[in-house]
Amino acid sequence: MRSLSGYRRALPGTQPEYLHPTYVSSLKRAPSQPLVYLPHTLSEITGPVFAPITVNVKACDLTRQHAGEPLGERIIVSGRVLDEDGKPVRKTLVEVWQANAAGRYRHRVDQHQAPLDANFSGHGYAMTDSEGRYRFITVRPGAYPWGNHHNAWRPAHVHFSVFGPAFATRLVTQMYFPGDPLLPFDPIYNCTADESARQRLISVFDWESTIPGHALGYKFDIILNGREATPTEK
Amino acid sequence: MTLRGTTSQTVGPFFSIGLERLNCALVGPGVAGEPVTIEGRVLDGDGVGVPDAIIELWQANSYGKYAHPEDPQDKPVEEGFQGFGRIPTDEDGRFRFMTIKPGPVPGPDGKLQAPHIAVSVFMRGLMRRVVTRIYFPDEPGNAGDFVLSLVEPARRGTLIARNGPAIDGLLKWDVIMQGPGETVFFDC
Repeated sequence: MRSLSGYRRALPGTQPEYLHPTYVSSLKRAPSQPLVYLPHTLSEITGPVFAPITVNVKACDLTRQHAGEPLGERIIVSGRVLDEDGKPVRKTLVEVWQANAAGRYRHRVDQHQAPLDANFSGHGYAMTDSEGRYRFITVRPGAYPWGNHHNAWRPAHVHFSVFGPAFATRLVTQMYFPGDPLLPFDPIYNCTADESARQRLISVFDWESTIPGHALGYKFDIILNGREATPTEK
Repeated sequence: MTLRGTTSQTVGPFFSIGLERLNCALVGPGVAGEPVTIEGRVLDGDGVGVPDAIIELWQANSYGKYAHPEDPQDKPVEEGFQGFGRIPTDEDGRFRFMTIKPGPVPGPDGKLQAPHIAVSVFMRGLMRRVVTRIYFPDEPGNAGDFVLSLVEPARRGTLIARNGPAIDGLLKWDVIMQGPGETVFFDC
């Protein structure tokens, strides 16, 4: 059998460490032993392949999942899923979830004293196209308080889950908004040492994807680990 | 390389609203192989069950074939077995799933790997997933397995499920995040 090339590892500092004492929940949940380096085998260079989703407007338009329209500022969140070489990651599943415009999640655990919105569930999914593109219509999520420390507030964010082509490329992350004054104070955003890596989590305001008279656009590209050179390419 | 990989962030406490659509059983009707049920708990550094973890599984079918275009083996892919599962923990950190025991798949040393399931665990407090594996008890291939051999012998047992009490096919396997008996996690 020809040898199979694995996926590249992150550069130092560009992914968060598990233990980050300012993020209190990490204290009892971060592994304490060093990770064991796992060379990628067939088990890691393969991964779940999801059947193509038939075009489902409701899944990628979070403003049209109920009888009425949700409150808040309508926005378009779009971008591409690419690998580190800039190649599109095609037909991969992208899942999103977020708080409503008031900063409240439709989740039994969320007790924040902000209103739920009967017209907003706050989740969606899409499959990237042949250029790696995805696009969601939603409302801009609100900031919300949390119990990490005194007067702690999460900056507005949208959660993203992406599979990519392999078990090794699985990624869950959060997209933030440009100019958010809460970012410098957020332990989760600041868990990553590398400043430019953090800044890549901030979406870019994008005139091109706006819909005149209807919604502003934010662009967020997601980059998955690239492929190691195959032995013959070295 | 022109771009840099996107940084991971925690799934937080509210992931179920976005991810539960894919919570799924691994096995459809008519899939070949030995049925197994695996149950256990996800425990934090105080030994308390983690009520807001989500486990993702990836495995080959009973022939040792992955339902993926890069698996070059001439073995059957089965309709009804995609090889992916997603299971949230309950209030006590418990999880339980049914699958079929995977067949052995090739390893990098040219030998077969012992049957295993690749596992990702996500939770509030984890800025990125942890990656581990479930191996099977009483499996002769475990002794020569390429990946198990990378782990110090005293910790290998954390990757191997245990036989449950007298119910055929019931296996026990826990995820211990910290401290004595801490599960082996991989840099993947």
